[in-house]
Amino acid sequence: MDILQLLIVIGVLVLLVKPLGSYVYHVYSNEPNRTDRVFGWSERIIYSVIGLKSRAGMTWKKYALSFLLTNIVLVAISYLILRFQGGLPGNPNNIGGMEQTLSFNTVISFITNTNLQHYSGETGLSYFSQMAVIMMMMFTSAATGFSVAIAFIRGLTSKGTTIGNFFEDFVKSHTRIFLPLAVLVTLVLVALHVPQTFDPNITATTLEGATQNIAIGPVASLESIKHLGTNGGGFFGVNSAHPFENPNPLTNVIEILSMWALPASLPYVFGRFAKNRKQGWVIFSAMMTLFLVFLATVYTAELHGNPALNNLGVDASQGSMEGKEVRFGIAQSALFTAVTTAATTGTVNNMHDTLTPIGGLVPLAEMMLNVVFGGKGVGLINMLMYAILGVFIAGLMVGRTPEFLGRKIEPREMKLIAIAILAHPFIILVPTAIAFLTDLGQGSISNAGFHGISQVLYEYTSSAANNGSGFEGLADNTPFWNITTGLVMLFGRYISMIAMLAVAGSLVRKQPVPETSGTFRTDNVLFTGILVGTVLIIGALTFLPAVVLGPIAEYLTLR
Amino acid sequence: MTTKRKSMLDSAILSRAVRDSFIKLNPLTMMKNPVMFVVEVGTLVVLLMTLLPGYFGTEDRVGFNLTVFLILLFTVLFANFAEALAEGRGKAQADSLKKSKQDITANKMVGNSVKQVVSTELRKGDMVIVSQGEMIPGDGEVIEGLASVDESAITGESAPVIKEAGGDFSSVTGGTRVVSDQIKVRIMSDPGESFIDRMISLVEGAKRQKTPNELALNTLLTSLTLIFLIVVVTLAPIAKYVGVELDVPVLIALLVCLIPTTIGGLLSAIGIAGMDRVTQFNVLAMSGKAVEAAGDINTMILDKTGTITFGNRMASDFLPVKGSTIQELGEWAALSSAKDETPEGRSVLELMKTKQLSYGAEQIEQASFIPFTAETRMSGTDLPDGRKVRKGAVDAVKKWVLSQGGTIPTDLDSTGESVAVLGGTPLAVSVDNRILGIIYLKDTVKPGMQERFAELRRMGIKTIMCTGDNPLTAATIAREAGVDDFVAESRPEDKIALIKREQAAGSLVAMTGDGTNDAPALAQADVGLAMNSGTIAAKEAANMIDLDSDPSKIIEVVAIGKQLLMTRGALTTFSIANDIAKYFAIIPAMFMIAIPQMDVLNIMKLGSPSSAILSALIFNAVIIPLLIPLAMRGVAYKPMNASKLLSKNLLIYGLGGVIAPFIGIKLLDLIVHIWI
Repeated sequence: MDILQLLIVIGVLVLLVKPLGSYVYHVYSNEPNRTDRVFGWSERIIYSVIGLKSRAGMTWKKYALSFLLTNIVLVAISYLILRFQGGLPGNPNNIGGMEQTLSFNTVISFITNTNLQHYSGETGLSYFSQMAVIMMMMFTSAATGFSVAIAFIRGLTSKGTTIGNFFEDFVKSHTRIFLPLAVLVTLVLVALHVPQTFDPNITATTLEGATQNIAIGPVASLESIKHLGTNGGGFFGVNSAHPFENPNPLTNVIEILSMWALPASLPYVFGRFAKNRKQGWVIFSAMMTLFLVFLATVYTAELHGNPALNNLGVDASQGSMEGKEVRFGIAQSALFTAVTTAATTGTVNNMHDTLTPIGGLVPLAEMMLNVVFGGKGVGLINMLMYAILGVFIAGLMVGRTPEFLGRKIEPREMKLIAIAILAHPFIILVPTAIAFLTDLGQGSISNAGFHGISQVLYEYTSSAANNGSGFEGLADNTPFWNITTGLVMLFGRYISMIAMLAVAGSLVRKQPVPETSGTFRTDNVLFTGILVGTVLIIGALTFLPAVVLGPIAEYLTLR
Repeated sequence: MTTKRKSMLDSAILSRAVRDSFIKLNPLTMMKNPVMFVVEVGTLVVLLMTLLPGYFGTEDRVGFNLTVFLILLFTVLFANFAEALAEGRGKAQADSLKKSKQDITANKMVGNSVKQVVSTELRKGDMVIVSQGEMIPGDGEVIEGLASVDESAITGESAPVIKEAGGDFSSVTGGTRVVSDQIKVRIMSDPGESFIDRMISLVEGAKRQKTPNELALNTLLTSLTLIFLIVVVTLAPIAKYVGVELDVPVLIALLVCLIPTTIGGLLSAIGIAGMDRVTQFNVLAMSGKAVEAAGDINTMILDKTGTITFGNRMASDFLPVKGSTIQELGEWAALSSAKDETPEGRSVLELMKTKQLSYGAEQIEQASFIPFTAETRMSGTDLPDGRKVRKGAVDAVKKWVLSQGGTIPTDLDSTGESVAVLGGTPLAVSVDNRILGIIYLKDTVKPGMQERFAELRRMGIKTIMCTGDNPLTAATIAREAGVDDFVAESRPEDKIALIKREQAAGSLVAMTGDGTNDAPALAQADVGLAMNSGTIAAKEAANMIDLDSDPSKIIEVVAIGKQLLMTRGALTTFSIANDIAKYFAIIPAMFMIAIPQMDVLNIMKLGSPSSAILSALIFNAVIIPLLIPLAMRGVAYKPMNASKLLSKNLLIYGLGGVIAPFIGIKLLDLIVHIWI
């Protein structure tokens, strides 16, 4: 049954890729199509309000500048709201202003689509903050990521000097993708008993006569964009493990699909832009291959339970249920874990800290790679970066200057890619080392030994990959953690985005080389293999030593 | 091909390479190669720890540290040796070229008299006289006279070539020797800029610049090195948290094993050796970039004459018209050609022999030969008995016959056309006012060209033939040779338009040429191969010069370019794939003492932590010299399509790169473990 559940969800996802991908392609291809009649009017209003009458294409520099400025403005507004939420309306539970390092961390966390939460939603945020900061940024950060990915795709697949207009992409991402889908998913979730209300928390008296404060609020709407935008920041502290966020297995599947379907359809969108759908499917297959390996690993590891407990005579037939919700069981928890870290959403329906060592390795590894579908847009960009790397290394072996989609990969592209591939391990490993070198960092670690390494590594990996899931167990709301993870999230998001936009800007100018029988083909099974190999050898081996000291050592000593 | 190839294991080259590998240890030189520079710094750190164990508190590990130091030192030396060896052959060749550059005494024209000066005093525009037995003092152009010149100093070809004023064979190179006659030469280059100077600096690799592809690869290797530097540096504090103390030499060993030393050490050797292979092939490439561009070529533009065909149109059949016989036609054709020294003329006599026909050769003695002129478009013989024999273009002969009151046989035109359709050239033969028939002149495709064009097609290269012939003839030759496309009745400016058109579509274009009117096209092409026999303008416009003046060599140059890129890719893949095994050797070894359960990861079952680390390091070092022959020779290349090529190379260098170190490290461990 377990396996069947997994297969059905994966099957539905695969079926969604083509229709959703085609839709997304038409949104950004900027050619007139049927959806214009539905959404065109609202966009025209927005364009005229913001003074965007002519939407000329931008060079990569202008595009990058536009998205950065937009994000900076959003950050400033959000920071102020959080700091002064106590005096602002929409605060029936009378929550005070947020502390400054935590505000910094929270704002960065949401603008970077990370949603690492060092606060607990029910006690730290007013309803107004939940909606004006958290939900607003959940839309804008997803739309930013999506826009940049599309711009990158245009750079790889078109010829000229421009890669699209950021503001147009940004507006369309909202009007045609995230808003309509969010409304749809919200309604479905409400129908499945997820609360959506502005009423204050309910105070109930339990059977024993104690008073219980039951937190509610506009949960369903946040829940939908939380997943659609691969954000992951929950309304409640325990995120999608909370029965109001994720009441039953059906909502669980809906949440899985909402965070997974858009990232999974992006490779198809890429194929459409490249006028070679096979090319898109090759990227998809590489992602899916890695995903299946990870899913199988976490599922098997959790199914076999904790050897230390099993040795004590605990019934192992249920697997390791510690930290998991009984209503989901091993399969739905394992799938959720694999998807949330693959799509770098960061929402959780079980506590990753209590996964078995190898089970816990899976989310960690997926975030370290950040290409297994990956976050909104970023995953595809990263995978294409590995594709360019794979082409560069293996492509030389056919005796030509390596070219991807007919564009030659030359020193400029390699320099920019070098920046991106360097940044990722740097912002994970260096802060991890600093955390272990300083008392400020060490003080927050709740587990000694190998598990402590996993906790710290997980926190920074989650930040760097803009995933945001917490391993939990780390006392992370301290200035040290707020500031370091804040910086890591910032660099993790923007360094690679800007570098990759620059790559797009460089490739878009190149005259494509005609394809001949001497061309290194990137749209076949062999290339899927090369891509997976490149990701594993360059992306994964980097983290092997650290991982060996964390989860692997824990696993080996636990056996 | 010439006999200039030298054995790679020439002892002089070897000993010089050994010496150079130590000289290259200079950190300032090493810094240009970031991967090996990191190894060198690591080597120094371990050396200090070995020499000053008291200071570092490493008294108990002096033996181990000393061993690590020695292995690291040899890793650097091996890499230096590879580069020095690759440079060695070029340097040796440069030395022999320099010998031919000694000061030459030149006979400089001053007014009407001749003054003896040293060649280095000659400047552009000076005139010199060079007589039999003298060296030509500088690059120049023959402006008077004709001489045979021995160019073996440059080309290695001992047969002298004819140089004459005017036309496409007027350029002479300094340092070559006039074997007969005397010529007046206008010097075209200032001292230090001559062809031989350029050639010396090219083969010596003195001004070798990294090609774009090399730069890109270097960037990748540098960033991988930095990544592993981060990995190793951060590992120590992380490990310390769980109580694992890591020694600096062990961390350095891990770093050196992980960074791509194999390709980092061989990268420049591959580039130099690739250039050298081109030089050994008697083609002078002006830059490494040109050689790599050759590997990228999509379109090759080839002249028909001289490249695809022999160019000499050979008589291949006699086609008599109504009223004459093949014997009669042959006889008159032979008489018209007996004194004709052109290849066409001689081929008529050859054809007589193969067809076993005879003619009255005795009449020729007192006959006078009428040479071909552009005006008459005929040549022939006036026999002593007054009869005039002519052969030439069909319409010219027709006019000539009509002017003497003759009649035109009704089947002449159709016979002529049938020849043209087959790609041949019809020559009409007449005596006085009678036309006897047609000589079928055929342009013969060089043997083996068809197979080579098929190869090129498999490599994904389109071939376009350019010819001044009419479309019909061009089509026939194109079909016979198997080129993909052709341009008939082409003028020099058509070629440049064709190149521009192909380039606009994204193709890289290669072409060959020798005449002055080829120069713009040679400059426009991505790879322009000029013939050494060609004009100075052509040679200056091109980025490669074939010293043997064989235009079809461009095909091999493409193969060398591809081989160069493939070698680089293969060794990079191999180097990176090696990391998997090295991880499995070193990681468990590092942690095994503190965490005994790590032994599970020791899948090679290496004897002890120390021997595992040393074995991985030794493997990492010795793989460099083991791969030097491959780097120098280039990986085997047979033309085939990219997918097949990729699968094959991935299997050998990708999968091989994963497996080989597992075996190598295990074997080394078996030996190393005996001592530790």
